[in-house]
Amino acid sequence: MDAAVFTVCAVIVLSGAFGVLLARNPVHAALFLVQSVFGVAVLFLLLEATFLAAVQVIVYAGAIVILFLFVIMLLGVDRVDDLDVEPIAGQRPLAVVIGAGILGTTLTALLVAVGGPTGAPTANAPLGDAGDNAKRLGEVLFTDHVFAVELTALLLTVAVVGAVVLVRRLRGPLQPLPAEAVASKPESPESTGPDGEAGEAGQGGDA
Amino acid sequence: MVIAADPLLLGPVGLEIVLIVLLKVVVSFVLLMVSVMLMVWFERKLISDMQNRIGPDVAGPWGILQTLADGIKLFFKEDLIPENADRPVFKLAPYLSLVPAFLVFAIVPVGGDFRTGDGTVGLFGHRTFLQVADPPMGILLFLALSSVAVYGVMLAGWSSGSKYPLLGSVRASAQMISYEAALGLAIATVFLTGGSLSTHEIVSSQSGWNWNVVTTGVVPFLVFLVAGTAELNRPPFDLVEAEQELVGGFHTEYSSIRFALFFLAEFMNVITMSAIAVTLFLGGPDGPILVEQVAWVWPTLWFSLKVLAFLFTFVWLRATLPRIRYDQLMDLGWKVLIPLALGWFLLLATLNVGRDRGWSPLVVVFASVAVLWAGAAMLGGAVRKARAERLALEFESDEVLDAGDGA
Repeated sequence: MDAAVFTVCAVIVLSGAFGVLLARNPVHAALFLVQSVFGVAVLFLLLEATFLAAVQVIVYAGAIVILFLFVIMLLGVDRVDDLDVEPIAGQRPLAVVIGAGILGTTLTALLVAVGGPTGAPTANAPLGDAGDNAKRLGEVLFTDHVFAVELTALLLTVAVVGAVVLVRRLRGPLQPLPAEAVASKPESPESTGPDGEAGEAGQGGDA
Repeated sequence: MVIAADPLLLGPVGLEIVLIVLLKVVVSFVLLMVSVMLMVWFERKLISDMQNRIGPDVAGPWGILQTLADGIKLFFKEDLIPENADRPVFKLAPYLSLVPAFLVFAIVPVGGDFRTGDGTVGLFGHRTFLQVADPPMGILLFLALSSVAVYGVMLAGWSSGSKYPLLGSVRASAQMISYEAALGLAIATVFLTGGSLSTHEIVSSQSGWNWNVVTTGVVPFLVFLVAGTAELNRPPFDLVEAEQELVGGFHTEYSSIRFALFFLAEFMNVITMSAIAVTLFLGGPDGPILVEQVAWVWPTLWFSLKVLAFLFTFVWLRATLPRIRYDQLMDLGWKVLIPLALGWFLLLATLNVGRDRGWSPLVVVFASVAVLWAGAAMLGGAVRKARAERLALEFESDEVLDAGDGA
């Protein structure tokens, strides 16, 4: 049963991963990524890491890939991309080198550094009740690693504030778009009323 | 009990346990389907009462079979797929909506005596919970599945290849993601007082009138109710399918049985959300056992009555409140509900720590309220300043407009 679940999940994860690479439509690629994430969640379940399984779905499928989809849909790149164009010069050779490096490191770590079997369900047995792993995780995070947790929280807060500040700076403090439209079309000075009202309505919608 | 410790049933399980699990799955499936059928009828009948109409009254006694008739009609309609649609995704989306709606109900304990017993009932010589599964991650499954449900809505709108569904789905997913945060924070206060993620544990910690709606203070319950209504895309938060603006929202291009699946998922979500609210805040099946001879009836009866009260409230809200504007929706979610839920969570956490350390609860409350008030004042100040700047800019742009018009 263990092996059967693992095999099915492995097929799901790997086919999802290949789907991400091979799908020509970005939205389909994102969906394959979700498939992969779900497979990994079930693998976590197999290792009795139930909390991680739930968080895997909530965070990766529920937040991160949704964000990808938002960006894809809102930027309108949801059509088949022309793969001959390389947006950043030297991007592809670099990707090959880095990918090979990551694969090599992982393989080295697996083959050389790990002594015992990996992924045994009883790996968390010495901690006690496996069903309690949210509690265990919380204890470890907020005692042994509290400094790292707080630093990460700070980093994320800085990132969010930074993102908001950057977006505001780039676009200026809420540029009055309808005014620009009016300024660029000076050929209709007699239509004062409707334009003014349209401008206010636009501002109201922004606020 | 086996299920609780072993979510994938990997241990040695007998055939009878598998059969009991199968029975529970089938019963909850049928139960959900039938209650959705009745819920659609209930909503239409109730809302027509509130609007001085008669409502469905042709199919069956009091029109109770109306949903069945509608279902049969939808089943025999032509299934259209738009020319511009992304066919595989278009076909996938309704299932992504429906399956999570079904799965969430698996973790809801619908009965069992938690006052004198441990919430188990006897079934063919086995003790078993009256819920399909009690995974240790419990209520997190609800959050995970509601984040999956976003995909159904989002992909349905996108894959239709049409503008109104796309607008509807972008609205819907933005709304659902925003309110998921407030929902999660409200649920977190329940973890804090119950000390467990498992729905069974949450319910048994509330037995004997010790309901979370009181022990967490009423605020998380209200936040949950508002955020839950928004998560369901129910009125007054139904911008997703605002008929006047978006035709029908994300499912405009769907017809026949695919549309019926969305419809089913929507009403099923209303029922499961009510059931989750009852489980988290109103003690689940907790209630007095009035007649000892039929003791097993009462918990399930109380559970059903509580769920029915929530269903009535959802219909009542729809009949009463006008739809709110999109900016009001986002303001309510991000600037009111999330800070409120977060502040309340921090307050409860501080009180918990204070209880462990033996601090005076009065001092703890005063200090926390002072800190939270300072935080709220800073937030309010920031919001006011931003609004003032925006108003000033608007004023300025009006002047620009006037100058442009004058020239």
